[in-house]
Amino acid sequence: MFSKILVANRGEIACRIIRTARRMGISTVAVYSEADREALHVSMADEAVFIGPAPPRESYLRIDRILDACKVTGAQAVHPGYGFLSENAEFARACADSAIVFIGPPVNAIEAMGSKSAAKNIMEAAGVPLLPGYHEAEPSDEALARAAMEIGFPVLLKAVAGGGGKGMRRVDQPDQFSAALEAAKREAASSFGNDEMLVEKYLSAPRHVEVQVFCDRHGGAVYLFERDCSVQRRHQKIIEEAPAPGLTQELREAMGEAALRAARAISYEGAGTVEFLLDADGSFYFMEMNTRLQVEHPVTEMITRQDLVAWQLRVAAGETLPLNQQGLQIHGHAFEARIYAEDPDHDFLPATGRLNYLQPPEESTHVRVDTGVLQGDEVSVYYDPMIAKLVVWDENRERALSRLGRALSEYRVSGLSTNLSFLYNIAVSQPFGQAQLSTHFIEDHRDVLFHSSDQDRVKDLPLASLYLLLNMERDSRRRVGGKDHWSPWNASSAWRLNQPSIHTGAIVLNGTEYDVPVQEIGSGKQRRFLITVGDDSVVATGELDGNSLYADINGYRQRVEVVPHDGMYTLFGRRGAMQFALAQPDVGQDDGHAAADVFSAPMHGVIVKLLAGAGETVTKGQPLLIMEAMKMEHTICAPEDGVVTEFYFQEGEQVGGGVELLNFENKS
Amino acid sequence: MGSCTAGGAYVPAMADESIIVKEQGTIFLGGPPLVRAATGEVVTAEELGGADVHTRESGVADHFAQNDHHALKLARRAVSRLNRVKPVELDVAEAKEPLYDPKEIHGIVSSDARRPFDVSEIIARIVDGSVFDEFKARYGTTLVCGFARIFGYPVGVVANNGILFGESAQKGAHFVELCGQRKIPLVFLQNITGFMVGKQYESEGIAKHGAKMVTAVSSVQVPKFTVIIGNSYGAGNYGMCGRAYEPRFLFTWPNARISVMGGEQAAGVLAQVKRDQKERLGESWSDQEETAFKQPILDRYEEQGHPYYASARLWDDGVIDPAQTRQVLGLAISASLNSPIEETRFGVFRM
Repeated sequence: MFSKILVANRGEIACRIIRTARRMGISTVAVYSEADREALHVSMADEAVFIGPAPPRESYLRIDRILDACKVTGAQAVHPGYGFLSENAEFARACADSAIVFIGPPVNAIEAMGSKSAAKNIMEAAGVPLLPGYHEAEPSDEALARAAMEIGFPVLLKAVAGGGGKGMRRVDQPDQFSAALEAAKREAASSFGNDEMLVEKYLSAPRHVEVQVFCDRHGGAVYLFERDCSVQRRHQKIIEEAPAPGLTQELREAMGEAALRAARAISYEGAGTVEFLLDADGSFYFMEMNTRLQVEHPVTEMITRQDLVAWQLRVAAGETLPLNQQGLQIHGHAFEARIYAEDPDHDFLPATGRLNYLQPPEESTHVRVDTGVLQGDEVSVYYDPMIAKLVVWDENRERALSRLGRALSEYRVSGLSTNLSFLYNIAVSQPFGQAQLSTHFIEDHRDVLFHSSDQDRVKDLPLASLYLLLNMERDSRRRVGGKDHWSPWNASSAWRLNQPSIHTGAIVLNGTEYDVPVQEIGSGKQRRFLITVGDDSVVATGELDGNSLYADINGYRQRVEVVPHDGMYTLFGRRGAMQFALAQPDVGQDDGHAAADVFSAPMHGVIVKLLAGAGETVTKGQPLLIMEAMKMEHTICAPEDGVVTEFYFQEGEQVGGGVELLNFENKS
Repeated sequence: MGSCTAGGAYVPAMADESIIVKEQGTIFLGGPPLVRAATGEVVTAEELGGADVHTRESGVADHFAQNDHHALKLARRAVSRLNRVKPVELDVAEAKEPLYDPKEIHGIVSSDARRPFDVSEIIARIVDGSVFDEFKARYGTTLVCGFARIFGYPVGVVANNGILFGESAQKGAHFVELCGQRKIPLVFLQNITGFMVGKQYESEGIAKHGAKMVTAVSSVQVPKFTVIIGNSYGAGNYGMCGRAYEPRFLFTWPNARISVMGGEQAAGVLAQVKRDQKERLGESWSDQEETAFKQPILDRYEEQGHPYYASARLWDDGVIDPAQTRQVLGLAISASLNSPIEETRFGVFRM
């Protein structure tokens, strides 16, 4: 076994690898870029080496610097994690040349799987079922069109060198084929510099089911069952689960055996994943093989009770596999939800910013959080915006799913937008609960997952209103200490002399203000709230316990979680997550600070220096002139973008207090 | 938020901090018309004393508010920096709702002021947990005195349960003295047609007994609160801490009537005087004539004794819904505790 390894990665996976290495008594070396000086993986490792500026191309993708780091620290092996250099054959080869163990498959296995079209040929030869398709080298457009006719529409056009959905086109009708082909080729050419295309059968509701395989160099090979990663947005997985729901034992074994055939076909070593498309009729087709540890490996770890990173280290160190196929069993069900800094409501646009507040749910035998960030960290534009992987496990899918919803609602992040609400919406949605999985899951259930209609959101307004009232009450009670605790002045009720107690206020949902008047009826234990939304009124009572709201609305009782963050609240309820805020009165734009005569001499003094030429265009905040008075230098700056048309004084001249020094014209 | 002109200009100018709303508030000793008449200078209100002038040039106002909402926000901010702690030196306990629903007062009290009700039914619907420790319960029973709490604050309750006799007046004086010594705020629930009159009572010295109660009530330095829950007539109004006896707040229920005496009694007295006069002159006065004489008096008493008439003239601090009495008293007592309770020096109690 190695005594020291280098982790050529960052974020949660670097932390994940370091954790296992430490448990196995192996020292760890982290590498870090300029942006990651304070990162968690750096502080967790025994040693850390700086490898360059923030952009990955200049740091985490720099093979030379990483190998130098190995030499400097004496690391015997490199774990590449996922992404970055993990499937880079050149890196694997460079490691071998430097006598450093690359913790991953052999170079030719990486190369074999690097090209999709080549990979399929190998798989075909190995008897791994392939999606009916046409993948010849340098195909003519006519050949592709002919193949499409043979396969039968709809078909899928794919770039041979592609990935991530680029250069991919679905074609439903023969007459659309040539236009689609042209567009796909254009996209492929601009994205990958290679417009070679392949065509294959298009499945209407396929599932993405992948098999985890492990091979050692002594001929041992096992599969650690499958994962269902059908829930994807923009061809990226967001929720994964193991085992895949609804798989028969025969199918599971058939897929496992096929995956092992694929691995053996390329003399695989280490951890690999064979991705299949699973059709509704139970037929499955090879998609690709990932020659690395997958992001979603924890779900497999949870159901097999194995540590895949430990397996990787053992295999890389030349040991045999810790278990044979008979020794592996499925225990319960696990989910992984990827928590991203992104805005689901705006096409999953990545978000950046500081994690002002970060509190994951408590970890237990049921809940595991793999993260590489800490409160106060920055999610930068340079790297993947994944904040954490939330993994839950329980005896069966139903219970695990309910844990997932619960854990998501307990995850607190503020400072930037995240997909937490969206993940929660998936977790509590009926289609997901019934495992109606396909790679089009999100498109198919858009309405349920995005709460696209405000009509739907409005239904939870009474809950939001009740929470705001109870929270206000709790806050005001908390503020008042000491002997005057019980003063009626401390009450946050809307009490009015000789009038009903009506709270007026508006709640902002999705940018729209809704007036939600609430009348308090009765007092003490009999106190109830009459909450009015539009034409409907409900009678509500409730109690707050931490972030849990126990609400009774028209006799229907429910518990929901409400999480405050960044002056807003997210309510995790039965209908999904809803963000809301209390409407604030318009207090105008703050120009309370006197816009004094910024171009006048503050007092009697001497002009020291003119910093701009007459007629020069200047930007806001640019220094224009320095004068000295009372032994102090005073700099006059441009208050906004504009032009200095004239200076009234020259350097060295005396000026009186309050005298206008220059003429400035703003741009507008 | 609006204009502060002439004397009004000194209000913001003398304030610790002042806030003025942009293009809305103005402060000046003389407005534009006066300036023009006095000096011939033509100037707009905004130029003369608008928010911009006073926060940037004159410094008369301190904070520049964008609009009314902003002004209120700034005011809250200013108040939050007062560095003031309320000196509550009472033995405060946890507040408890009364066991009896205050709303039931509506069913206890009649709109006809002559129909009596038991004041302990009212007390049970005002005080914490409906707990009332009565003082001298067996003596002078037409005045109910005792200790209770309202929103956790200890109070002494003095409440009428009928006409005031010499005994009840002495009991009241005693109890008020106790509260003064212990610095317990006093709550008076007025429902009083007056002190007892008649030969027997005068000879027993009801005047000096009443005087003791009036002396105690007027001298005691604890915060006093009066609620007129029914009749308030004559000297009873004094003894039960009427307006002139400086309760911190005095509230009226809508069923109340406030007069020097009842309309019937007043009309009766005046008719008697008139009849005596007529009889002295040997004139006759028919019952019909007497009724016609009394009616305008009765009408005037009914109109001027009505709580709205009194409230409209600021003789009270508001007509309140009886069911809200507890809340109103709680707020009033709590407000009064912002200043310390002073030592009492009583006047002479005539024995």
